[in-house]
Amino acid sequence: MLHIKCPHCGMRSQNEFSYGGDATVKRPELGKEISDQDWDNFVYNRKSLRGKHWELWQHLSGCRQWIKVQRDTATHEIFKTLKANEEIS
Amino acid sequence: MQKYSVFSLVKNALSNHENWDLAWKDPTPKKEYDVVIIGGGGHGLATAYYLAKEHNITNVAIIEKGWIGGGNVGRNTTIIRSNYMHDDNALFSEFGMDLWRRMSQDLNYNVMFSPRGIINLAHSDAQMNTYARRGNSMRLNGIDAVLLNREEVREIIPMADFSENVRFPIFGGLMQPSAGTARHDAVAWGYARQADDMGVDIIQNCEVIGFDVSAGKINGVRTSRGDIKAKKIGLCVAGSTNILAEKLNMTLPIETHLLQACVSEPVKPVLDKVVTFGAGHFYISQSDKGEMVMGGDLDGYNSYAQRGNLPTLQHVLTEGIAMMPFLSKLKMLRTWGGIMDMSMDGSPIIDKTHIEGLYLNCGWCYGGFKATPASGWTFAHTIAQDRVHELNAGYSLNRFNTGHLLDEKGLGTKTWIS
Repeated sequence: MLHIKCPHCGMRSQNEFSYGGDATVKRPELGKEISDQDWDNFVYNRKSLRGKHWELWQHLSGCRQWIKVQRDTATHEIFKTLKANEEIS
Repeated sequence: MQKYSVFSLVKNALSNHENWDLAWKDPTPKKEYDVVIIGGGGHGLATAYYLAKEHNITNVAIIEKGWIGGGNVGRNTTIIRSNYMHDDNALFSEFGMDLWRRMSQDLNYNVMFSPRGIINLAHSDAQMNTYARRGNSMRLNGIDAVLLNREEVREIIPMADFSENVRFPIFGGLMQPSAGTARHDAVAWGYARQADDMGVDIIQNCEVIGFDVSAGKINGVRTSRGDIKAKKIGLCVAGSTNILAEKLNMTLPIETHLLQACVSEPVKPVLDKVVTFGAGHFYISQSDKGEMVMGGDLDGYNSYAQRGNLPTLQHVLTEGIAMMPFLSKLKMLRTWGGIMDMSMDGSPIIDKTHIEGLYLNCGWCYGGFKATPASGWTFAHTIAQDRVHELNAGYSLNRFNTGHLLDEKGLGTKTWIS
């Protein structure tokens, strides 16, 4: 069982959260000319590495806020959590 | 190679089984091979076997970080089926079914293929309609499919919950009678033994550290046991695909996720079909030892842990108990996990890459085991001929770019949603 520290509510069990995938993927800016490759990278291509991984979670059964979590994909250790509008440093 | 038969069994019994040949050798890696296959799982071993058997390419090495058959080929729930709706998936899988039927004879190794049939349960009228459509598509592709109503399902699996007041009543199901199970370890060992006999070097405890690529061509691979040159290299590493792709500066439409399975204590024969729950993600069969073999959802977040998390297991088994209440009386014997190469449309990739001589086999999601022979056969063809076979033409890497997705379940790019 993961324990995730929601930046709004504090430490809660994994059961309260739902997963949202890689948090470093950025949607190409609206109104700008983008290549097929840029679009591919946004929609489909993922690094999905072993080790530290920034990802989105939603505190679905809590405050319902989206948050960013830095977790190790091999050990499940959670290093850091951020509010959705905070930049990954 | 000693042929396995009743005569060799009797002969070796007379010498207390002390004179059996080793099933495969433990060679030191050579400096150069015609083809190097990375990954000694089912798909890698099958690829090497078909390279030797179908294409006469025997100067081949399989490089495996751990031991052969230690990954997903030894961690799955052994289900074999071809109940797909889309042509590309259906024809590929049905080609595989033919290879499964002949496998024990071809490999001179009893893989205990048991075509006991699979039933996908339906829990609403709408689901019955979808199954009728899928069943019709299957039959058009020459695959056996039978649509069962509630009473027909009850005849076959009376232990399922047919009471009136359940949340997901059984409306019927879609059965593929020729689907079944096989002994997964035997598949890996059978392919390994034959490949070794034809001259393939199976090199275990050998980790890939990097690749030698120059001018858009692959020249070799750097490993923990030295550099190995090869003009053609095939990647067959399932959940570790992204790790190797990073070493090649490739980003793929693949995420690595954890899938759990478990077995109960062994009980007397009760279930002679593979059954899947239609209102969630749960599948079950009974092994020859009597254990109930069960599996279901991914753990739900990117993972390389190779072991699972209890909330998911609890969720999956809740579905199982809803479908077959007697399961609640059983004790759990073992649970385990494997890391899946989840592709963004749920279908695999068997293709060439932008690097000349580098071939990719990945994205098997929930269905890698059943694809073992067909994957090996088509991947061997792709490597040997340097072009894809029509059977794996739909499994191209650039389909994500061109929009020709093979989205069998219509799930989209959230691979962790089931």
